[in-house]
Amino acid sequence: MLALIIQKEFLGVKMISKKTGNKEHKDEIIRLDNISKTYRMGESVVRAVSDASLMIKKGEFVAIVGPSGSGKSTMMNMVGALDLASKGEIFLDGIDIEHITESQLAQIRGRRIGFIFQTFNLIPTLNALENVSLPMIFQGIPKWKRTERAKQLLKEVKLEHRMYHLPSELSGGERQRVAIARALANDPEVILADEPTGNLDSKTGEEILNMFIDLNKKGKTIIMITHDNNLAKKAEKIIRIKDGQIVKAQQ
Amino acid sequence: MIQDYFKLALQNLKRRKLRSSLTIVGIFIAIATIFVLISLSLGLDAAVKEQFKQLGSDKFFIMPKGTAGAPGSGGAVQLTTKDVDIIKKVNGVKEVTYDTVGNAKIEFNNEARYFMIAGFPIDTMDLLVESVGYKIDEGRFLKKGDIGKVIIGSKYKDNFFKKQVVAGDKITINGEDFKVVGILKSVGNPSDDGLVYMSEEDFRILFNTPERVDQIIIQVKPGSDLKNVADNVKRKLISFRGVTEKTIDFTISTPEELLRSFAAILNIITAFLLGVAGISLLVGGVGIANTMYTSVLERTKEIGTMKAIGAKNRDILTIFVMESGFLGLVGGIIGILFGYAVGKLIEYIAVTQLGTTILKIATPWYLIFGCLLFAFLIGAFSGFFPARQASRVKPADTLRYE
Repeated sequence: MLALIIQKEFLGVKMISKKTGNKEHKDEIIRLDNISKTYRMGESVVRAVSDASLMIKKGEFVAIVGPSGSGKSTMMNMVGALDLASKGEIFLDGIDIEHITESQLAQIRGRRIGFIFQTFNLIPTLNALENVSLPMIFQGIPKWKRTERAKQLLKEVKLEHRMYHLPSELSGGERQRVAIARALANDPEVILADEPTGNLDSKTGEEILNMFIDLNKKGKTIIMITHDNNLAKKAEKIIRIKDGQIVKAQQ
Repeated sequence: MIQDYFKLALQNLKRRKLRSSLTIVGIFIAIATIFVLISLSLGLDAAVKEQFKQLGSDKFFIMPKGTAGAPGSGGAVQLTTKDVDIIKKVNGVKEVTYDTVGNAKIEFNNEARYFMIAGFPIDTMDLLVESVGYKIDEGRFLKKGDIGKVIIGSKYKDNFFKKQVVAGDKITINGEDFKVVGILKSVGNPSDDGLVYMSEEDFRILFNTPERVDQIIIQVKPGSDLKNVADNVKRKLISFRGVTEKTIDFTISTPEELLRSFAAILNIITAFLLGVAGISLLVGGVGIANTMYTSVLERTKEIGTMKAIGAKNRDILTIFVMESGFLGLVGGIIGILFGYAVGKLIEYIAVTQLGTTILKIATPWYLIFGCLLFAFLIGAFSGFFPARQASRVKPADTLRYE
């Protein structure tokens, strides 16, 4: 029943995107078309990103690299469909996110993109298992199914012995592994990681990075945002940002 | 779905135990107050209605004006046995009885106390017994020809004198000896329970009052309309006593009237106290709102994260409204338990200190359920605006680097 409703909602959304007349690329999962993003800072207007276009295909491992203040985080908000652009269009799986409601967007985002943050962003009151289950609650998945899947995912990130621990009882590396399990909960096409190793020591960071490489091999699209060139080198495609503009995309 | 949110909300509250408990204090005091007030008011109402039922709907009372509360306190106006004779002749009147009350020195076992003595005509005693609901505990009621004999209230058996008075004992009233032939059961009213009852003949000699009457009780014939009879009695007495509607010097009270004026007074008192309780509830609600606003500010990043991983605005709203509703609900549960304890304490104090059993709390299920629902709604309502603010958090604003 629920699946049917989601399907219907989804079809409705597709139609909207067709109406806008944009051609869809095969394999494309996220596309930004000439987007600009401006913020008001008191009196002045700050242009965080200007005229950026990029396309991410299914199964790619992309690194978005730039020094701090380059507009990286704004780019992450755009790519992750967390915010609307001031100008230009953002397509998530062929859907123009400007033409759907905030709730529809949240629903689609929750299903298509798994987020991983520098500061882990686990819910402190929930244990590892509950944290991993949370995205599935928002998709209306029944409890027994959620728990089963969450346990499976925690096993995959080798945390089956820490399932009932609160985030505060876990090390940084363990927390990030919980976050990865959470990101995978709804089996999304895309994993969007924002400085995923920024708060970890280099050894743990490397472990986490290897997990991304593994996931990519299994077919997941990985988008990693970082300021670290060495980290970015692991990706198959690097997009460099400077002063809010994409300066170079290299394979 | 909803139980998942419920669980999330609960876990969030558990995280901040101290703050949650302090917020709950504000609500539980208000709910406890409301619960005690309503349960006492309901209990009192039920007890009074029960007493009126006992009294029956075929009787009404006449008292001299200005002495309603304390018979025998001797106002300027007096009713007399002549008034009683007039009343007896009115159509529809079945029986009339009356009592006269006076203060006397009562001695027993070398101890002296001052208390009320009531005299009444023995031949119409049944009516008096029925209208007050007297029951004999020990011995017997007075009967015709009982001269120099009395029955006494339950207080004499308890602790009025150092030594317990029992049926058959002799007590001295204003220097005259009387034999106690019966002791009454408590009627739950300390002034009635302390009375000594004697025949009208004995009373009039003892107090040297040939014709004064303090309270007249009239029973109407079956099938007659009490209101009509009461109106006729009133008219007859007005002309007999030479007064007008304006200068009328006696009051007629029918059970309905008494009940109505009692209910009116009770309602006013209850409404006033509930108003006071309402203010404390408002303060409690503001406390919840404040706690929730603080919580939203603290947790913007958490809210942003939940939205990023798929929470819709409505999900966030539900979680936060549940949190505040739960604060209210827990406040309600504690409030009811606390209120129940306080109510029972008041009951206990009323019985032991005031000797009255009329102050009883009533706790019908609708009161308990109503209080709980109300507490939850107050909480949810107080938390609505903070929750709406939470639901409008933009994930992009909260997930930026610090």
